[in-house]
Amino acid sequence: MIGIESYGAYIPRYRINHNTIFFAVGFLGTFPPPGENAVANHDEDTLSMAVTAGIDCLSGMKREKVDGLYLATTSQPYTLRQNSAIVATALDLQPSIRTADFIGSNKSGTTALLSAFDAIKGETSSHILVCASDCRLNKPGSPQEHLYGDGAAALLVGNDEVIATYEGYYSVSYDFPDRWKAAGEEFEHAWEDRFIRDAGYAKMIPEAISGLLKKYDLNIKDFAKIMFPGLYAREHAAITKRLGAEPAQIQDTMLTTVGDTGSASPLMMLVAALEDAKPGDKIMVASFGNGSDALFFQVTANIKKMKDGRGAKRSLGAKKDLASYEKYLAFRNLAPMELGMRGEISFRTPMSALFRERKVVIGLCGSKCKRCGTPQYPPQRICVNPECGAVDEMEDYRFSDKKGTLFTYTGDNLAANIDPPAIYGLVDFDGGGRFWFDLTDCDLDSVKVGMPVEMTFRRRYVDEDGGVYGYSWKAMPVRA
Amino acid sequence: MAEGLRDKVAIIGMGCTKFGELWDKGAEDLMVDAFQECIQDAGIEKKDIQAAWFGVHFEEQSVGKGATSLALALKLPYIPVTRVENFCATGTEALRGACYAVASGAYDIALALGVEKLKDTGYGGLPGGPGLMGAKNALIMPKLTAPGGFAMMATRYFAVYGLSPEEGKKMLAKVSAKSHYNGARNPKAHLRREVTEEQILNAPIIAWPLGLFDCCGVSDGSAAAIVTRADMAKKFRPDPVYIKALQVALSSGEELMYTNWDGAHVETGYRAGVLAYKEAGIKNPRKEVSMAEVHDCFSITEAVTMEDLQFSPRGKVKEDIEAGRFDLDGEQPVQPDGGLKCFGHPIGASGLRMVYEMYKQLQGKAQLPERQLKNPKMGLTHNMGGFPAMNVVSVAIVGL
Repeated sequence: MIGIESYGAYIPRYRINHNTIFFAVGFLGTFPPPGENAVANHDEDTLSMAVTAGIDCLSGMKREKVDGLYLATTSQPYTLRQNSAIVATALDLQPSIRTADFIGSNKSGTTALLSAFDAIKGETSSHILVCASDCRLNKPGSPQEHLYGDGAAALLVGNDEVIATYEGYYSVSYDFPDRWKAAGEEFEHAWEDRFIRDAGYAKMIPEAISGLLKKYDLNIKDFAKIMFPGLYAREHAAITKRLGAEPAQIQDTMLTTVGDTGSASPLMMLVAALEDAKPGDKIMVASFGNGSDALFFQVTANIKKMKDGRGAKRSLGAKKDLASYEKYLAFRNLAPMELGMRGEISFRTPMSALFRERKVVIGLCGSKCKRCGTPQYPPQRICVNPECGAVDEMEDYRFSDKKGTLFTYTGDNLAANIDPPAIYGLVDFDGGGRFWFDLTDCDLDSVKVGMPVEMTFRRRYVDEDGGVYGYSWKAMPVRA
Repeated sequence: MAEGLRDKVAIIGMGCTKFGELWDKGAEDLMVDAFQECIQDAGIEKKDIQAAWFGVHFEEQSVGKGATSLALALKLPYIPVTRVENFCATGTEALRGACYAVASGAYDIALALGVEKLKDTGYGGLPGGPGLMGAKNALIMPKLTAPGGFAMMATRYFAVYGLSPEEGKKMLAKVSAKSHYNGARNPKAHLRREVTEEQILNAPIIAWPLGLFDCCGVSDGSAAAIVTRADMAKKFRPDPVYIKALQVALSSGEELMYTNWDGAHVETGYRAGVLAYKEAGIKNPRKEVSMAEVHDCFSITEAVTMEDLQFSPRGKVKEDIEAGRFDLDGEQPVQPDGGLKCFGHPIGASGLRMVYEMYKQLQGKAQLPERQLKNPKMGLTHNMGGFPAMNVVSVAIVGL
């Protein structure tokens, strides 16, 4: 049976309250609805969040079995250099996989998912990880600022011990010009809200859902949970009513806790629904963006094996209020911040070295000595254990999924950092291995020698001269 | 059987510029100033110098690559000049090269000169940038700065020996206050003001737990030495200073990538000390080393170095600091000239600047009577370059 084998999600640590935005810049005309949005840290972006959601989804799974990685987004860092290939490298997936970027529409998340099911059905792939992630740059003062949040969701699809079987779909596609962004533009354009709501949102989502019900001869009451993006709260309720669904059947849209996460939004809701699902539940998800994809699933008994903390709830709870709108602008590089001349020293990324060291830099892979068993990062040819010293007796060893303890640390005010102080330290990995890493998603006061840490994939620098986003791994306190 | 350098080489002349933010002097000016004092002190002529070793670290800030800048600035007459670089041990490496040259018998007289023009970067601290540790490190290393790198050792020292941040910072404040006291009495120092422990403790944090006064200055400067074979030394002056030991130790990767290092000491510091004491025939460093100039790039570095060099037992340096052991009038004065704390750290020059202080103290020629130590016999200099987890340490011992 084809379906979902696992799920994962990631919501960044920071939240910005709608009022914080409103009191800083106001809005064109309207007071924002109450709520808060998830804001990516200054070292996060679409790819880093996709990787974190992917790790959540793959935890406890054999990564070797994954033979496809689809990335859906509307905020891909690169237009040339496959974004999904970077995610696959960070996840230390094998090279013999199919990678693809699904971009350009907020329904790209569901479309990627549909394509993955097709590939499984067509037996061209056996296990595909679908990551949907969005970290959109919003024009200061724009309505998008309180509407959009940052986040990522991931689903592993295949036909092995699925937790929910894929039962069917119905898609509609329109060149609906609600939002658009020409090549090279920084911010999106949007047509009048009433147009988007009445001519698109209120029509296309019901069209897809009704189409699905008709196609499979189903009744809306058959579904334990139904979910579709909540861009217009009142219209969201109206659609529910028109479909004949009860409010209890409708999955929370997270619009006031995370914000609309674009291409990730439907998948994020699906993950949240699966976290609470029971065997036998029928679940329907519909997207919105140049049309709509509606898909439905039936939850299996395997769902019980998933209740291990993976999913959206954990990162929904681990949050910190970003009280300063100015800091938010700095995180997004929307206000030119003084980093001092030390911060202006340019570094041209050596791409050939980056490729050679891709497993080390992007994948956080080290080596483990086959003679003495010592893990070491970065990988060494001569064993670092002074009692051993074996030459070329190493095997690959992945550190990204290892936890560790903080050996020592500092909070550095001299280092150029968008959110000073720059916190970094040495990490002793559980099972062996030590190296130094930047620390992120923590406050200096709460950092202690000996505290447990985990690794997180982050955007470490932007090489503006070379047009390169530099990614590697940082340490962070283990999320509760 | 290797014999080492002990008593095979003598220093017969030294020079050292005033250190500071020398806005009106370039690297060439500093080289000429140090060299002129050095050659006059040695009482020889330029044509007597047969080879030279030249130390500079951040060449891109000042002199560029190669050794031609020294040859051109001093108008050296077509002799071999070798440029050396080994982090903060660069100055000592220049001396080491010159000493090996005369000890081998290849030359009779050699020059070692170190220089650094740091204050042309436009910002405080040492020149930075992701590329300084090579391309691969730039892709994986944290945003390490020098204060941050050493602050991690302070954090670790406090944790290992159970000091609260307040207790630890108080111990370190005494280290800096002592050096400022000494530097205030030295006309060649950059920072010549005494500061109180209270001022030190209240200073802004640079890299937690290190504050402004836990960090050494950033300065321009140059220092030079002329060395010859020990058996020839007395022909030039009655009071040559002899090399007793010159050792260097580098990290093996064990500290950074293996998990047995405690992070509260510098392994290479200990190892270089052991090698140097063996070379110099020193059995009890706490008793036999009369004075030392150690690499106090940060207060914690000096404190830990006292233990690495076996002046203090492990974990016990606090007691010695509090007892005033390392003060100018203490049992084992450390940083009598004010140290990096007050001289700053023009990288290529520092090692030779330290030897300059030992040389003058041994000859009884510290500029002012209140600075002159009583009958020192054996002086030690120590440089540490890199970060506590990955570094080079040099130790030189000189004596009469």
